[in-house]
Amino acid sequence: MTELNKNIQTLREKKAVVEKGGGEAAIEKQVAMGKLTARERILALLDANSFHEYDMFVKHDGRDFGMDKKDFPGDGVVTGTGAIFGAPICIYAQDFTVAGGSLGLQHARKITKIMDHALKMKCPIIGINDSGGARIQEGVQALAGYGEIFYRNTIASGVIPQISLILGPCAGGAVYSPALTDFVFVVENISKMFITGPNVIKTVLGEDISMEDLGGARIHAEVTGNAHFYARSEQECFDQIKRLVSFIPWNNTERRKSLQPQEPSTSLNIENVVPQDPRQPYDVRDVIRCIVDASDFLEVQELWAANIVVGFGRMNGQTTGFVANQPMVLAGVLDCDSSDKAARFIRFCDSFNIPIITLEDMPGYLPGVDQEHAGVIRHGAKVLYAYSEATVPKITVILRKAYGGGYIAMNSRHLGADFMFAWPSAEIAVMGPEGAANIIFRKEIMEAEDEDAMRQEKVKEYIETFANPFVAASKGFIDSVIEPKETRALLLHALELSALKEEFRPAKKHGLPPF
Amino acid sequence: MDTQNNPYVDFVVTARKYKTRLTNKYINRPVWNKRPDGEVVSALPGTIVRIAVSKGQPVEEGEQLMILEAMKMQNRILAPVSGTVSEIYVKEGDKISKNHPVLQIDPK
Repeated sequence: MTELNKNIQTLREKKAVVEKGGGEAAIEKQVAMGKLTARERILALLDANSFHEYDMFVKHDGRDFGMDKKDFPGDGVVTGTGAIFGAPICIYAQDFTVAGGSLGLQHARKITKIMDHALKMKCPIIGINDSGGARIQEGVQALAGYGEIFYRNTIASGVIPQISLILGPCAGGAVYSPALTDFVFVVENISKMFITGPNVIKTVLGEDISMEDLGGARIHAEVTGNAHFYARSEQECFDQIKRLVSFIPWNNTERRKSLQPQEPSTSLNIENVVPQDPRQPYDVRDVIRCIVDASDFLEVQELWAANIVVGFGRMNGQTTGFVANQPMVLAGVLDCDSSDKAARFIRFCDSFNIPIITLEDMPGYLPGVDQEHAGVIRHGAKVLYAYSEATVPKITVILRKAYGGGYIAMNSRHLGADFMFAWPSAEIAVMGPEGAANIIFRKEIMEAEDEDAMRQEKVKEYIETFANPFVAASKGFIDSVIEPKETRALLLHALELSALKEEFRPAKKHGLPPF
Repeated sequence: MDTQNNPYVDFVVTARKYKTRLTNKYINRPVWNKRPDGEVVSALPGTIVRIAVSKGQPVEEGEQLMILEAMKMQNRILAPVSGTVSEIYVKEGDKISKNHPVLQIDPK
């Protein structure tokens, strides 16, 4: 054997040791928990043969509690670069089979190195979280490691897309890296995310709760809003990520490569989707399906705050963000959660140069003490802020109701909408006709012999005066009242016209959104 | 658990009734009730380690009523008003959550 071949042989042997991670017993345990290993996950997610691993031979520098005698292959995290549908991606995956995926300083430094690389090369970063938490034997070094990750998450925010997968435990301080990223993916029975776990809660409060009920996938997808995508298996989760990556640009200076334009493929007729009676529900996603290319709509945060719908579609092959009130859930009101959801999505689109189409049909804000006390003022203000701040093309179509503060909030002309369209069924008013008639005609109604009959008459009078788009159109607040079947063509026209849109804001360090 | 399976109900927003589905989070929201005057609640989750007053005892505003151990700190619970202790809802050793009623004072 030549000297060169011997060296190559040594390299292969060294790599093979690292690639075994925590060894067969630990891998068996990982499989028994229904989980793939870190390397299997990366390979399942990336294009075939695209992954190249970095920092395989990094060693931890723990010295106390006998750590100096322990060797952790790869220090419990796999990092590298690859591609999804040809788009360059930086990726890291914590390896639970190695010391429980615990994070020490060198483990963190591998992660921050690949994050720095992603930011420099301006490509998306994907992080797969599966870790028991801080490597306690390393003390403050582990905390330093987390801090350095959070700092980079923040600095990279709005420059490159950041995607987090929770494929195992992610507890305590560790949760803040995913929380700072743009999209968080969770998987049923596998994801566990919380600040304080069930044991601490039981000791302090005596409350007995399972990990799944406290911080399982479903809770974060439906109740807390911490997660954006919910899957029933790791494979489904990877498919969701690939779909998302197909819609978003590589960084904030690019547009997503445009696909071949396609006509909507749904058999629905846009003229029949929305009931004439403004009190009747329908699924606003059906309107979106009638508008977007191939009727292909990727909904974000589908389960949380379902009274608003946000997500991506394509218009003539170009990625477009959609924000739509959902009359089918809570009548499509704005509340704390739906405001947070919409505002964050709008800001993502604005950061990454994705035009926003708003479909409006909303009766106002959710009434209730719990909402007021939870700060619906502060949360609702985020929507106003996000729309006003955004400089990407902003187009609104009022489908039916646009009442009160909600009319202003949902990308009205007054917040800088570039195009305002309304269907003939649009009603733009300060509030619903019943509420308005009760106030304007209070005296007449009270003095009438038959109060109810008078109320009905006055409601009718109000509807005839205001429950239409023409008053707003007469002031120029609406550019054009359109037939439903013209919607797609006009939206395409508007998007084409605004392709080179430039809008400037006064120089500032940063604004102060009502977080 | 799916909101999608909830039935359509009447839901009122500014005097108008809409047919719509409620979310589980909305259905399970905390319902607000006005708390009685003189009711003392815990400001933190923790353990009652000492009760310094007894039922029927007159107390002055600012007087120490209990000690609640929370986050490894012993926190004094003080009388918000002067009056008479009419009810004590906890005993020493009880683990309680935040906003848990611990004691009722009938204000003077």
